[in-house]
Amino acid sequence: MITKEPVITVKNMVKKFGHFVANDNLNFEVYKGEIFGFLGANGAGKTTAIRILCGLSTPTSGEMKVAGFDVFRQTEKIKQNIGYMSQKFSLYEDLTIYQNIRFYGGVYGMKVAERKARTTEMLDRLGLTDYENRKIGDLPLGWKQKLAFSIAILHQPKIVFLDEPTGGVDPITRRQFWNLIYEAVEKGITVFVTTHYMDEAEYCDRVSIMADGRIVALDTPEKLKEQYNASNMDEVFLKIAR
Amino acid sequence: MIVVNELHKTYGETVALGKVSLTVKEGELFGLIGPDGAGKTSLMRILMSLLLPDGGTATMNGLDIVRDYKKVRLITGYMPGKFSLYPDLTVEENLQFFATVFGTTIQENYHLIKEIYQQIEPYKTRRAGKLSGGMKQKLALSCALIHKPEILILDEPTTGVDAVSRKEFWEMLKRLKAMGITILVSTPYMDEATICDRIALIQDGHLMSVETPLAMMQAFAEDLWAVRSKKIYHTSKLLGQLPSMISVNSFGQVLHLVTPKGKHTPQSIKEFLSLHDESELTVEPALATIEDVFILLMNNRKAKS
Repeated sequence: MITKEPVITVKNMVKKFGHFVANDNLNFEVYKGEIFGFLGANGAGKTTAIRILCGLSTPTSGEMKVAGFDVFRQTEKIKQNIGYMSQKFSLYEDLTIYQNIRFYGGVYGMKVAERKARTTEMLDRLGLTDYENRKIGDLPLGWKQKLAFSIAILHQPKIVFLDEPTGGVDPITRRQFWNLIYEAVEKGITVFVTTHYMDEAEYCDRVSIMADGRIVALDTPEKLKEQYNASNMDEVFLKIAR
Repeated sequence: MIVVNELHKTYGETVALGKVSLTVKEGELFGLIGPDGAGKTSLMRILMSLLLPDGGTATMNGLDIVRDYKKVRLITGYMPGKFSLYPDLTVEENLQFFATVFGTTIQENYHLIKEIYQQIEPYKTRRAGKLSGGMKQKLALSCALIHKPEILILDEPTTGVDAVSRKEFWEMLKRLKAMGITILVSTPYMDEATICDRIALIQDGHLMSVETPLAMMQAFAEDLWAVRSKKIYHTSKLLGQLPSMISVNSFGQVLHLVTPKGKHTPQSIKEFLSLHDESELTVEPALATIEDVFILLMNNRKAKS
């Protein structure tokens, strides 16, 4: 259920590296329960913004809150209340499925009983109960991605950040992954996602598009297509970002 | 021309390439389309003599990739999936290095790289490690071209690259093809397949189909329907229970439903959905995309094994 209750508020966010302005006065809100697509060309400033919102980088100026916490002073609180997954950083290849879950459960400070209960439920849902002692490195990429996502939301964060979560996976797995996203949303988790697949942009409730450090468009996929007189998001993106 | 004859490669119990055979014609832009782990990189590394096959043979413009590997390297340009230039050397120094290694100069073949290199030339004194993703990609392509290769092998040059830069990159490939260079390029993005002259769909070390993109899409063996509804996720779940349905997948805001040839009509699908209180929707025949073809072939392979 999408509400108008913001879980991320970004006001006048600026991040400079020396003279280079990576984020040039960003303003937006992400509502509780929505799938928010964060698009933009390489080098547009997406990663910089995500790092700030995850509490990993301090902005130059602005007023930003994530899950109710301030990005300047309460970064540890932010980290406890979010999940994060990317194509590049996911799970430890040399550890088993079970060990990875235990590790992340520990990092997020979950109680043992709670972790065990959720682990059982999660492995059952993914059909991986018999594989919990398999090393991550031996699993097909599609499984790894699905597991990484499930572990990223094991502590039931308010928001999960997904940075190109479906890069390189086959078309069936890619769609199964989106079904997992929908399930998470039904549980009330807000999803903040970046992708280079423009059909996936259409699965988002709202989409923002960045170019040269600014947000140049932000609306529902439907309205963006209307506004830019385009038949799909690929055309919208090409018109805006080119 | 690249001729691949029953190339085989295993890593322990994993079959990376299962007796793959393939011909890439001279001057062709040939796409190897498949997800990570399908065997694309193994095939390319074997062709570039960076990896030995367990069985089978291959030739590049008549040269055997094992016996004549030194000659093969002289006539081929290679862009690996991972950025492999020298990060501590500047843009210009990298290019200079590759030209020198191949016994040529930047000046001699500048016409080949001009259009690509001009875009990064303003940064020629910057270290390669400090370049953005798009610029690294352009430099890597320039370095792969500077010795005037007859064949180009590009391993996922557009992975992780935004939609705009991806389009530009394919425009560059088309121009290189027009110069007569044979190009073998791999990608996990199925929408890029249609730009190629011919493509091979690869999964689990096997080629599922080799054809022109158009022929592949037209040869779609089952019925394909585009279903539009207000409650797309709900409708998708319902269609999963349609008798004899083969698959239902979302393509943006549209569902693609595959049913056996001649089994259903828009009417019969609508009737089934109205039984479940779903009536506000449209069902119409649709043309298959490469991704539809890939999904169907993947499902067929799974059903067989």
